Amino acid sequence: MAATAETAPSDLVIGPEQNYLTVSEQLSDLVLVQPTPLWWYGGMAISSLLFLWLVVAAGYLFYFGVGVWGVDIPVAWGWALANYVWWIGIASGGTFISSLFYIVGADWRNGVNRFAESLTLFAAAAAGLMPIFHLGRQGLFYWLFPYPSVMGIWPQFRSPLLWDFFALLCYVLNSIVFWYIGLIPDCATLRDRATTRRTQIFYGILALGWRGSARHWRNFKIVYLVMAGFMAPMVVSVHSIVGLDFAAGIAAGWHSTQWPPYFFIGALYSGWAATLVLMIPIRRLYRLERIVTERHIEVISKLMLATGLMLAYCYAMEAFQPFYRGDAAEKNAFTYAVFGAQAGSFWVRNTFNIFLPQLLWFPAIRRSKPILVLLSLGIVFGMWFERFNFVVTALAHDYIPSEWGNFSATIWDEGILYGSIGLVFVGFFLFVRLLPVVSIFELREVLRRKGQE
Amino acid sequence: MSGEPVPLYGLVGEFVEADEAVAMARQLHADGFHAFDVYSPVPLGEMEELLPRRPRRALALIMFAAAIAGLALGFFMQYAIAVGGYPLNIGGRPLNSWPAFIPSAWEICALFVVYIGFVAFLAYCRLPLLYHPIFNAPRFERASQDRTFLCVEARDPRFDADRMAALFREHRAARIAEVSE
Repeated sequence: MAATAETAPSDLVIGPEQNYLTVSEQLSDLVLVQPTPLWWYGGMAISSLLFLWLVVAAGYLFYFGVGVWGVDIPVAWGWALANYVWWIGIASGGTFISSLFYIVGADWRNGVNRFAESLTLFAAAAAGLMPIFHLGRQGLFYWLFPYPSVMGIWPQFRSPLLWDFFALLCYVLNSIVFWYIGLIPDCATLRDRATTRRTQIFYGILALGWRGSARHWRNFKIVYLVMAGFMAPMVVSVHSIVGLDFAAGIAAGWHSTQWPPYFFIGALYSGWAATLVLMIPIRRLYRLERIVTERHIEVISKLMLATGLMLAYCYAMEAFQPFYRGDAAEKNAFTYAVFGAQAGSFWVRNTFNIFLPQLLWFPAIRRSKPILVLLSLGIVFGMWFERFNFVVTALAHDYIPSEWGNFSATIWDEGILYGSIGLVFVGFFLFVRLLPVVSIFELREVLRRKGQE
Repeated sequence: MSGEPVPLYGLVGEFVEADEAVAMARQLHADGFHAFDVYSPVPLGEMEELLPRRPRRALALIMFAAAIAGLALGFFMQYAIAVGGYPLNIGGRPLNSWPAFIPSAWEICALFVVYIGFVAFLAYCRLPLLYHPIFNAPRFERASQDRTFLCVEARDPRFDADRMAALFREHRAARIAEVSE
C-alpha cells in the first residue's frame, strides 16, 4: 500500500542551497522582520484564554481547597498527579533529544533541539505546578525544602516523594540554563541583525556581549558538552524517580520494580510525539522546509515507533506480572483497570499508544504530515490516559474490598488540566515570536561540516 | 571625533573563508604573537591548538569538582538531617540508610555541575561585557552571521601596522581596518 507513493526519503539534514547567510537571515528575520502573523494572534488568544482558565481554577482551588476536585478516599491521587506525570514526561523528551543526541553527534539533532528544549522548559514548569496544587495547603509547599525551621522538623529523605521534589526542582533549574546557554550565540546573531534600538538592546542583553571569539567558542564547546553529559542521565533519573513514587507505594498494582523504565519509556514517547505535534505546523507556517527537512521528521517518527514498541513490551509486562506473582489483590486491581469503571482510559491508551502508531511502519504514513500530526496528538492524549488509568485504578481497588471506590472528575479538575495546556502554549507562542525556533549557529556548524559555507 | 586621539586597539581583517583566517592565525602563532583573536560565526576546531590549553582544562576540572562537591554536599546534608537533625525510625532501617540518599545527592550533583559550569563559563569568557573595542570594527555584525574576523591587537610587542596589513593581504582578507579602543 505504501509502494505507490514511494520516493527515496531525503537524507538531507539541510537544503543544498543553504549557506551561512541564508540560514542566519531566514531564522532571525522570522523574529526581527516578519510582521506578527495572523495565526499567532489566533493561537495566542486561545492559549491565553486557556491560561486564564488555569488562573481561575487555581484561585478557586486555593480558596476552597482540594475538595473541589474529584479526589477523595480511597482515590486521593487524581488528575493533578496524572497531569504531573504526563507533563514531566513530555518535558523529558526534549532534553533527551537535545543532550543524548548531542553526545552521540547526530547531525539531525540541530534542526529540532531548540523546539524540543523550549517545549521541555514550559512543560516542566506546568509539571512543577501540579504537586503544589495537589498539596492540601499550597502555601506551605516550602516545607519540602530542608531549611532550619523553628519546629526543628526536617524532610524525610528516605521517601521517593522527596526525591521527586529534588529531581523536579533541579531539573527545571538545569533546563533553564541548558536552554539559555545554547541561545547565547543566536542572541548575538539577532543583536547584530536587529535594526531598531529596542531589539538591539533586548537581544544585546540576552547575548551578554558574545563576540564569537575563538576563546568563547572553545569554552562554550567544553561546557556545553559536559552539561549535555549530565543532562542526559538526569532526564533518566528524573522520570525514574517519578516511577519510584508509585513503586514505593504499597497500593496493589503500584508496588512493582518495573515502573521506573516503564515511566521513562512512556515519557520519551510522549516527548517525541509532542515535539512532532508542535514542529510540523511551525515548520509549515514559518516555511522552514529547507531547514527542518523530511529527514528530521522521519527520524523522530522512527524513534516514536521504536519507543512505542518498547512501551508495548512494558504494557505486556504490566499485564503479565500480577498473574505471574499470583497475588489476588494485584490480579484484581489489574482486572479492574481493564474491565472496571475506568476501563475506557485503559483501552484509549492501548489504542492511541500501541495499536494506531503501528501505522508508522509504512513510509507513506511517516511522510504524510497531517496523519503524522494526528497520530502524535493521539499519542500525547493516549499517554495522559495511561497516567490517569495508572494513578486512579490502583487506588480505587486496593487490598480491602470495603475500601474500594471510584473516581469522577469535576469541572475544577478539568480547569487545571486544560489551563496547564494553555500555560504551555502561551510560553511556546512567546518563544516562537521572540527567539529563533531553530538553533542558527548549530545549523552553520552543520553547513561547515558539509562544506556549504 | 574631538579631543585626545583614541588609542589604537588593533588591526582587524575580514575573511570570506574561515580557513584563510585560521591559516593567518597559525602563522601569527608561529611568529610568536599572542594578542590576537579570531571571531567566527561557527566554532573553529582548528583554533584549539593555537589557544592556551589552560582554560579548557580548568573548565573541565571546575565542572568535575562541582560534581564531586554537589554529590558530597548533597549526601552529607541528608546524612546530617537523617542521623542528627531529625532521626526517625522508618521500618527499622539504620538512620544512615545511605542507598536512599543517592537519588537526591545525584540531582544536587547535576545542579551544581550546570550552575557552577555556567558561571565558570561566563567568567572564563569575561562575560557579560557591555563594551568591547572589537565591536567598533566595520561590518563586525557579520561575525555572527557568515564572515570570519581576525584582530591583531596593538598591545602585542611584535605589532607593526604595516607588516600586519601586508600579512592580511597575503591571506586574502577581504577588508582591513583599524579599530580604536
